[in-house]
Amino acid sequence: MSNLIELKSISKRFGGVRALDSVSLSIRPGEIHCLAGENGSGKSTIIKVMSGVYTPEEGQVFIDGEPLSRLTPAVAVQKGIQVIWQDFSLFGNLTVAENLAFNTYIREGRRRMDWARARQMAADILARLDVEVDIDADVETLPTSGKQIVAIARALLADARVIIMDEPTTALTRHEVDALFAIVRDLQAQGIAVLFVSHKIREMLEISERLTVLRNGKKVAEGEMSQFDEGAITRAMTGLELEEEPYLLTSHRELSPALEVKNLRVPGMVQGVDLQLYSGEIVGISGLIGSGRTELARALFGMEEASADTFRIDGRDTFPRSVQEAIKLGIAYVPEDRLSEGLFLSQPIERNMVVSILDRLRRGLFLDRPSMRAKTNEMLASMQIVAPSADTVVGDLSGGNAQRVMLGRWLLTGPKILILNGPTVGVDVGSKAKIHKIIRDLAQQESLAVLMISDDVPELVSNCNRVHVMHDGRFVAQFERPSLSEEKINDSLKALK
Amino acid sequence: MKGLKSTEVVIAFVLVLVMVVIGLINPAFWGVGNLFSLAKSNVVIGIMALGVLLIMISGGIDVSSPAIGAAALYITVRTMVALEYDGVLLPFLGACVIGVAIGCFNAFVIDRFKMIPLIVTLGTASIVRGLMLGLLGTSIVNINKMPEGLMAFGSMNIATATAANGAIVGLTGMILVYGGIAFIMHFVLKHSMIGRSIYAYGGDPEAARRAGVNTRGTIFFVYCTAGLLAGFAGLLHSSMIWQANPRDFMGLELDVLAAVVLGGASIFGGRGSVIGTMIGVFTLVMVKNSLILMKIDTTWQRVVVGAILILATAITAWRDRKKLV
Repeated sequence: MSNLIELKSISKRFGGVRALDSVSLSIRPGEIHCLAGENGSGKSTIIKVMSGVYTPEEGQVFIDGEPLSRLTPAVAVQKGIQVIWQDFSLFGNLTVAENLAFNTYIREGRRRMDWARARQMAADILARLDVEVDIDADVETLPTSGKQIVAIARALLADARVIIMDEPTTALTRHEVDALFAIVRDLQAQGIAVLFVSHKIREMLEISERLTVLRNGKKVAEGEMSQFDEGAITRAMTGLELEEEPYLLTSHRELSPALEVKNLRVPGMVQGVDLQLYSGEIVGISGLIGSGRTELARALFGMEEASADTFRIDGRDTFPRSVQEAIKLGIAYVPEDRLSEGLFLSQPIERNMVVSILDRLRRGLFLDRPSMRAKTNEMLASMQIVAPSADTVVGDLSGGNAQRVMLGRWLLTGPKILILNGPTVGVDVGSKAKIHKIIRDLAQQESLAVLMISDDVPELVSNCNRVHVMHDGRFVAQFERPSLSEEKINDSLKALK
Repeated sequence: MKGLKSTEVVIAFVLVLVMVVIGLINPAFWGVGNLFSLAKSNVVIGIMALGVLLIMISGGIDVSSPAIGAAALYITVRTMVALEYDGVLLPFLGACVIGVAIGCFNAFVIDRFKMIPLIVTLGTASIVRGLMLGLLGTSIVNINKMPEGLMAFGSMNIATATAANGAIVGLTGMILVYGGIAFIMHFVLKHSMIGRSIYAYGGDPEAARRAGVNTRGTIFFVYCTAGLLAGFAGLLHSSMIWQANPRDFMGLELDVLAAVVLGGASIFGGRGSVIGTMIGVFTLVMVKNSLILMKIDTTWQRVVVGAILILATAITAWRDRKKLV
């Protein structure tokens, strides 16, 4: 079979950095190909070369066996190469129908907006994908999965022959990932190739037929998916051997739990949760989006209008009414969306770190700068953050490093109870392992009580000694070692549907 | 689309409610004379508001329209007086050209230097007013010197009626001009690709760029059209009040903004409609007019306009944020 698109020995540098070093990659018509690699491995650069955004210094791009002298974005689109970026590039304020027709009309150089044809086009293409989406709804009212479907449909309308999806499963629940994979197989049946760009190994194994792995701008592995297993891919991506041992509770439970809550309620979201958290424990919470898990975490951190029959910390009755009170009680919360809820992206690491303890860093009317710097450097070291200095702007850090800045910020408050919401969302495999190690050490050596909320079932199973499954605002199942396993949690989650 | 429609229904409902309340407090509100004068007061601010609406949909904001209007009317009338010219078409064309030129300047600065529209149009407004007063002087062209053709055009009526006190009152023909412009704007916004590109750009500039929208062209179109409408509205104002005063429209930018936001346009861009804006303008003008009828000191009007601006912005911002969740 001839290749639909073939990259031969592509090199691209930015300043002194070699982003791509003689990388070759080929995609056959109608195949599901996975491009794997950690953040910074050159994945995004190669997408931009394929879509004509970057021109490589060396190497050549062939489409249908023909060498192209210069691939521009317009030529790429014309040849049927479509990229679905992580942010989807949709117009939230416009309807589904208009979003679908808009690019086509612009491409065709139309002057009039033909609404009837737009709605017809939208209905036809969504029928072809066999999905139900209200074509008259504003796109911003759709969930992430719905937006993704609109983006895929729009690519199809542009006569896509290969659709490149950049980290398509990042913000999806397991259920939505399954729906996406069904669509991807459907596309394949229609002869459209899909290039999956991802660092989630399990998903790659599930969907792809062929795999190419990049590391530090070089191709380090390629071949049929059947030749790989999880360990092999991880080794190729990270160059390291990463085996995660299950977390075992070593310390004995003390008499009173670090946190004890009975009948915690948040109107409409949490319907009476009982939770006990002992020092040294890592307790997981699994559940679908909307199960109330985030609200539970926020309630524990004083961010919701919550009530509880009992709320004890170290055996003392109390109740955090605000974030300030929660911090004083020794609770720390690392939110789900570190970009929008947590970090000040345009500010240096130091300020991001010490913001949680500014009131303790006062010297008279002023801030105690030397101790600010000392605390930050201490955290940089213990969190193993890779950055030139404490003055580096957080927006320039990789996902894993940014998440560790966030973690460091909350550890500075000296918490006894640490609540983590999606601690490794958008973080690559190597960093993920580092973050897990840090969390385990905190629980084991510093005797923190950790509550970990995650969509990532394997993450919960390997790091927690106990996992609750949450649904409709209640705990519906609990698993404790040794009866804790991925199958059991997955079965319990599936039963909820 | 559904969101827009329901927004307009809400605004229309508010309008009717306010009308009923005002009518109850002051029955003189429903008098033919008052209604006709109300319609007349809508024309100039309405045309300006339609231009500002375009800018707000594109995600920008504009406080220079009244200054552009004042410059267009004063320069045109002074030139006419100096040349002793007494046509109608050519002066309006001239006023439009002046408006487009200043709008173009706004667009150029905003596009070239990636500047915040509020700051740019604030600066432009100040420069335009200052230049005009500095170079042309401050003398008001009164009825005795105003070109007669212009005044005749501005005082055309399309209907007359007898008011309660027996006086004959006319309904200005300029509402047809306003209606015509509104119709064209509605068509452009709703049924042309340039109109939809403005919505797209206001919704997500980066996505618009990736979709192949000529974003520079969109910015220029938006600010130049707003300038054109402001220039046109300026001279229309002059021909309707038989006077050319370089200090006219002082503070009107807040009224225009309040009307557009009241009409459902989003301060985040991407939302707004001609019909909504027209209702917003009508509501604002009516409230101000009623304050006069109720003999409330005009200084209080500023308080009311400010309150409407903040309230309407808060409501639309709340609506748009709620949608994101």
